[in-house]
Amino acid sequence: MRRERVPVPVAVLAAAGAAFFVLPLAGLIVRTPWSDAGRELITPASLDALRLSLVASLSATVVAMVLGVPLAWIYARVEFPGRGLVRALTTLPMVLPPVVGGVALLLAFGRRGLIGSWLVSIGVTLPFTTAAVVMAETFVAMPFLVLTVEAGLRSMDRRYEDAARTLGAGRWTVFWRVTVPLIAPSLAAGAVLCWARALGEFGATITFAGNFPGVTQTMPLAIYLLLESGDQQASFVLSLVLLAISVAVLAGLRHRWLGTA
Amino acid sequence: MANPSVGGVHPVHVFAAASLTEAFKAVPAPAGLVWTYNFAGSPTLVTQIENGAQADVFASADTANMDRLEKDGLLAETPRVFAHNKLEMVVSAGNPKGIHSLADLARSDIVYISAGPTVPAGRYASQILARAGVTVTPKSLETDVRSVVGKIELGEADAGIVYVTDVAASGVKVQGVPIPDSENVVATYPVAALKSASNPAWAEAFIGDLLSAQGQAALHRYGFLPA
Repeated sequence: MRRERVPVPVAVLAAAGAAFFVLPLAGLIVRTPWSDAGRELITPASLDALRLSLVASLSATVVAMVLGVPLAWIYARVEFPGRGLVRALTTLPMVLPPVVGGVALLLAFGRRGLIGSWLVSIGVTLPFTTAAVVMAETFVAMPFLVLTVEAGLRSMDRRYEDAARTLGAGRWTVFWRVTVPLIAPSLAAGAVLCWARALGEFGATITFAGNFPGVTQTMPLAIYLLLESGDQQASFVLSLVLLAISVAVLAGLRHRWLGTA
Repeated sequence: MANPSVGGVHPVHVFAAASLTEAFKAVPAPAGLVWTYNFAGSPTLVTQIENGAQADVFASADTANMDRLEKDGLLAETPRVFAHNKLEMVVSAGNPKGIHSLADLARSDIVYISAGPTVPAGRYASQILARAGVTVTPKSLETDVRSVVGKIELGEADAGIVYVTDVAASGVKVQGVPIPDSENVVATYPVAALKSASNPAWAEAFIGDLLSAQGQAALHRYGFLPA
């Protein structure tokens, strides 16, 4: 890279910008009660939240894969009227305030919702269940997977698929044996991004799924409630766990985001 | 946070329990002062004050949360009680599930929700259920008493235990079901000026207003019991 002389105002503003991100993390690390961290982490409440968060976020990622990969495939390969609109709607949760997502989920799947009122008649009630947590997390996280996989499908060299087809492979075989391996990096990155977003979900979850330990109280909810209950040490420790996971995700994806790291 | 005083009108930052929302908005302010409110669950407010929020006055829905600030050394004075409140069950308008007693809350067809255990209303609800000998696990522990009412208005839950004043302040979508005095608890609302108050005299002006005949009348209009 060419060496550039940095004008002082630019350097000052850039340093302030960087400090804005570094300082809160430093605050969290400084205030964490390291000596008690282990004990805070293995309290039943913390373990419940951790277990539920893992189960729900991994389930959300699986659901997002099952529904999102076909969606991405269609966006990348099929021209149809209204594609732009449908694509915009399904990626809206990336910019939609999560709490609005939660309200919308209630109005669709709540007991008096569009679909929910019918679900109740067949004996299915979603709010206040772990299923509702998975739905809330899928709602906010799936777009990250869809967009990443779609980009992978668009940028891959389709001649490999054509070659496989001319050699007599069926569409299903081509997809599994050629397309999937070629877009594997995008699939992995999309799944990790989706999982990380699901793990951090708060607004849609507390609105649509409520808050009950072991059932719907995920890590972010537990952190928020511990902070206000006065058990701040525990909330710092749980925050640090999520921070560590985020750092790990970033490290795992560094080749995509941080250039040549 | 900055302390803007527009045209010589000084804002007094009052941090108040969610259940006080409508009643506090009716507390008159003298010339030169304006009450600016931050309504939330009492423990949320305590956490905000502990972490340096610019607050002049704290009004809690119980003594436990006020005690937390007293232990932290953040109160400028001994808290004073300014109101009492009672609790009742809240159900959808018309009481479609036929909830008439606390025991009904334990029915398998009832979705019961409560405020969380750190929120005063949640603790009072647990005490009431214990007194009545009713064992019921809430489906959700909401972050403040108002979101319990909200979930029932939305139809997601069938019943909760909230303040009488919450039901009175809510719309036509919900109604109250009284809890007999023998099982009910009386909530005590204390108020105190904070050490962080930008001007102790202004904080005192608010508390004075609250305890005045006019302030007490405003609280009474919204269903609170006198101090």
